[in-house]
Amino acid sequence: MYPPKIIKNLQKRALTIRKHVVDSIYLAGSGHPGGSLSITDILTCLYFHEMHHDPKNPQMETRDRLVLSKGHSAPALYAALAEAGYFEVKALNKLRKINQFLQGHPSISVPGVEISTGSLGQGLSVGIGMALAGKLDKKDYHVFVILGDGEIDEGQIWEAAASASHFKLNNLIAILDRNGLQIDGPTEEIMSLEPIPLRWRAFGWHVLEIDGHDIEEILMSFDEAKKSMKPTLIIAHTIKGKGVSFMEGTLSFHGKSPTKEQWVKALSELEQEEQELYD
Amino acid sequence: MTEKMRNLRDGYSSALIELGHQNEDIVVVDADLALSTKTKRFGTIFSNRFFDFGVAEANMMGAAAGFATCGKIVFASTFAVFATGRCYDQIRQSIAYPNLNVKIVATHAGISVGGDGASHQMLEDIALMRVLPNMVVVTPTDATEIEDIIPQVAKHQGPCYVRMGRADSPVLFGKHEDFTLGKAKILEDGNDVTLIGTGTMVSETLKARKLLKKDKINAQVILIHTLKPIDQDTIKKAARKTGCIVTAEEHSIIGGLGSAVSEALDMHPVPLKRIGVPDVFGESGEAKDLVKKYGLTAENIGEAARELVRLK
Ligand SMILES: Cc1ncc(C[n+]2csc(CCOP(=O)(O)OP(=O)(O)O)c2C)c(N)n1
Ligand SMILES: [Mg+2]
Repeated sequence: MYPPKIIKNLQKRALTIRKHVVDSIYLAGSGHPGGSLSITDILTCLYFHEMHHDPKNPQMETRDRLVLSKGHSAPALYAALAEAGYFEVKALNKLRKINQFLQGHPSISVPGVEISTGSLGQGLSVGIGMALAGKLDKKDYHVFVILGDGEIDEGQIWEAAASASHFKLNNLIAILDRNGLQIDGPTEEIMSLEPIPLRWRAFGWHVLEIDGHDIEEILMSFDEAKKSMKPTLIIAHTIKGKGVSFMEGTLSFHGKSPTKEQWVKALSELEQEEQELYD
Repeated sequence: MTEKMRNLRDGYSSALIELGHQNEDIVVVDADLALSTKTKRFGTIFSNRFFDFGVAEANMMGAAAGFATCGKIVFASTFAVFATGRCYDQIRQSIAYPNLNVKIVATHAGISVGGDGASHQMLEDIALMRVLPNMVVVTPTDATEIEDIIPQVAKHQGPCYVRMGRADSPVLFGKHEDFTLGKAKILEDGNDVTLIGTGTMVSETLKARKLLKKDKINAQVILIHTLKPIDQDTIKKAARKTGCIVTAEEHSIIGGLGSAVSEALDMHPVPLKRIGVPDVFGESGEAKDLVKKYGLTAENIGEAARELVRLK
């Protein structure tokens, strides 16, 4: 039960980030729009509501940590960080360009990026180290890790899943971007993952399922996760390419930039949606 | 002559415990080999700062990276074959690229592992770690030296790989002989040929020097514990002085000490012979028989040196 105003503001913010995603990937000439757009609402809720953090002091010891384990969605992370004030928004226009700091995949040298990622399957382990350090230092921060559904094919994810419950890391919250697609096709055709909730519960996790584009459900899932005595997996049902009609649910926009015409169309769709929100 | 023997792992674990007392930020992780690597000794004393990840090395390396982002100095131990081979991508992506303070200290490297055979005889780890940007690579010589080196490794900002074998090694040095990370050490001087050894092969180079004496060959002996960054000055000076070099390592002749020394001499080449395991996998056997079969003895070093001197 969140006030409509909070929800509306987050929706507006998410649209701004979606526009940055489309712009920056178009200008870069390459990148991954599909998986960036599917986690935009989640990232927005994290950086503009949920997480305790300070863009002017990225190393603040008590900050909540976010690990973008599915590093190819960097454009959405960079847009959120820029909008939050970690660096200038105009830097987004130089994504993937030589002599610039926004690398194709997240690099720890970017203010606000907690760990370099890009090779799938490693971020949950890194989050476990952060969560263990929090317990050791008696700091009450939370560690959020965003995983792709194709990504959890990786064996290391399951090593990590086992160790998170073993070490009783209730300060660890993983969010699964359940958009149903990996590169070669739908996840259940390429390498079946279901029953995901049962698998993770069997590994000792608290599991929630939400609509990953419903701001209120996202916020409420964080509230519930923080009450858990176990590590929590939030299965966020999402749409790959969310917000741009011709990218939604399509495999081909996993990892390619829009053409000029597509870019114009994408922006006009997002602007249209924005208009409706402001009415 | 009986040499005093001591295991490097004892030196390592003693150094860890000492560090643990001095610095609250020291964290140690292992992967179900804590008794073998002897990190368990640290774990018994500092149980809250010791984490066993079970047989899950990749996860351990990732978690080590996470700890390091939170200001911890993390020592991660397992056998060399698993530490570097199984976890190469984790080390590359989550540790070396973000330049984190993770110290990978691997045991049971080399062919002298013995009976376990090729699956456990890691002969490529120096090559794998040396090629990673940001990574410092060290192969300590004896249990005394490693006690000196480990605190320097802890102090260094960034990732390090420290490698040791399984067997007890001759104690060559007394306490606090000033070993400096990144600096080679001239153990014996000579004019005819330079013998450069690392790790378990340092004692063999010293023995080789004695053998060569009988042939009136006066060999210079240099110890290199830090393979990266390597002490180029000392190597170049030695090349100028003696005009030929033999390197000796318990590692593949590809990518290890011999390669590193050749690279250091790129603009000033001198004849150089590499003693190491030829480009093959090892096999089961007694350590003392394996080192003979694979050509890792003082005699092999001496033979190589004689050949180089003849060529002069
Ligand atoms: C270890 C590794 N293998 C392969 C890749 C190449 N790759 C990039 S994205 C991707 C598919 C990921 O699918 P998913 O996790 O579902 O991502 P999303 O749908 O959220 O974009 C693959 C195979 C990689 N980055 N890392
Ligand atoms: Mg997916």
